[in-house]
Amino acid sequence: MAISRARRNLIAELGAHAFLLTFTIIALFPVILIIINSFKSKKAIFRDPLALPNSETFDLIGYTTVLTQGNFPLYFWNSLSVTLASLFLILLLGAMAAFALSEYKFPFNRLTGLYLALGIMIPIRLGTIGILKLMVATGLVNTHWALILVYTASGLPLSIFILSEFMRSVSADLKAAGRIDGLSEYAIFFKLVLPLVRPAMATVAVFSMIPIWNDLWFPLILAPAEETKTLTLGAQVFVGQFTNNWNAILAAMALAIIPVMILYIIFSRQLIKGLTAGAVK
Amino acid sequence: MQNREEALKRKKRPFRWHILIFLAPAAIIYTIVMILPLAETLRLSFFYVDSTTREVSFVGLKNYLELFFNPYWIGPFLNALWNNTYFFIIHMLVQNPIGIMIAALLSMYHLPGKKFYRTAIFMPTLLSFVIVGFVWKLMLSPLWGVSKGLLESVGLGSWFMPFLGREETALTTLAFISVWQFIGIPMMLIYAALLSIPEEIIEAAECDGVTGFSQFFKIKLILILPTIGIISILTFVGNFNAFDLVYTTQGPLAGPNFSTDLLGTILYRTFYGQQTQPGDPNMGAAIATMMFLIILLGISIYLFFIQRKITRYEM
Repeated sequence: MAISRARRNLIAELGAHAFLLTFTIIALFPVILIIINSFKSKKAIFRDPLALPNSETFDLIGYTTVLTQGNFPLYFWNSLSVTLASLFLILLLGAMAAFALSEYKFPFNRLTGLYLALGIMIPIRLGTIGILKLMVATGLVNTHWALILVYTASGLPLSIFILSEFMRSVSADLKAAGRIDGLSEYAIFFKLVLPLVRPAMATVAVFSMIPIWNDLWFPLILAPAEETKTLTLGAQVFVGQFTNNWNAILAAMALAIIPVMILYIIFSRQLIKGLTAGAVK
Repeated sequence: MQNREEALKRKKRPFRWHILIFLAPAAIIYTIVMILPLAETLRLSFFYVDSTTREVSFVGLKNYLELFFNPYWIGPFLNALWNNTYFFIIHMLVQNPIGIMIAALLSMYHLPGKKFYRTAIFMPTLLSFVIVGFVWKLMLSPLWGVSKGLLESVGLGSWFMPFLGREETALTTLAFISVWQFIGIPMMLIYAALLSIPEEIIEAAECDGVTGFSQFFKIKLILILPTIGIISILTFVGNFNAFDLVYTTQGPLAGPNFSTDLLGTILYRTFYGQQTQPGDPNMGAAIATMMFLIILLGISIYLFFIQRKITRYEM
């Protein structure tokens, strides 16, 4: 009995591996294809796209073009600072609002929640003209603040929606106990509730990060200056200029992918810590 | 009468400043940077700008009537609406079930390498549309021959066609590219929800002999229903706002022959114009408002009919 059960588990595990491996290959294939081909000569890119670069086909011409023509380290720094500042505001302000909505009964609570959730449904791009007018009026055009404010405003609704869903499942007894112990409402939020919704916060962080990092639209309209250009905009401008230079395009794409990968690996450690901290509570 | 009751209530409890302090910063930024500019768009939809005299006039619902009753507008609009619905159906049938399955497998067994799987499958979600669109265009292009070579290597060479260039296959191909890109989102959310199910519940189930698949379907799936609800609504909103993927692979004309036209691309073309026709921000604003109403309808159906039926368990 015990043996057959162990064997059945083994078969199930192998099946699981096969399934997951298939999807892993599908997910990674295009990315690997770009990276491999970015190190090859133009001829080799077309002759045998699937082959690894070897001594004969290895060529860094794409990278030298990119690094001599573009200003990629600066773009990277710009993207990083805009993304991190927006994330901080989305998480802190979003969690505060979510707590107010999920914890207290007050007049117009449901209406306020609906009002704040409206933003999930409307792409903020539809308000571009108004946003541009606002940024021109406040002198924020071509500063990172313009982007940070736009991304915070558009990220808040989802953050509030997800976090308040999670906060509703935080035990009411725990908060009641905190109040009996004389904790202020702020202490209950920062010391009791926030640590418990850490997994949800990590999730919101990862999901808010993606559209911000990858956005092309607002950097183009609000901060197109060379010193405020983000990585995605830089890469797009570059790809547009070098349409037929496959080496340069592949290298630019590889350079745009690698930082996101690193950023994600750093975040995903936090994400896993957050996930397990939440599960073990 | 009611006022008196409220006044009495207020007397009992002092004004709770902390609620305001928790809510205000988010509400203020959101209102100024997002809601007011969007209201400006709504306002524009009731105006008309004469293309020669640049004269602005208030026209009420004329832009909307034009959109609904002029064949020039309503045909493409319905086409885009149907394409968008199809796009959403594919995501609900392919992306979300597979995402849930992957998350379930990741959480069910103590698999070696599951961190690697999770990271890898989430990878495409991190890429910008600029990259995703370009990579798939390159891979599917007959010019580069990667997809042809791959199909030939498994003996399906005859299946190859320019998937993005044919009317019958272009939209489905785009939907699958989008599924490829975003499958990490349901996977991660479900995985987080599965991890937050307390051990005691699982142990109790195991004591009763409920394990493996039946444990997943009878216990875990019920407990994560609220998360599945959130994912469905996120998918709906994301799909009906989709624009970038079509724009980067097929261009603003959503070719071939508008077969991949979504509400987002029709909006873009109307707003900013296309080759033959100048942009019309006022008509664009009317389309944007319609998109908003469609999405609002979907969300209301979820909030008022589906979410209420989902039981939420305190865990």
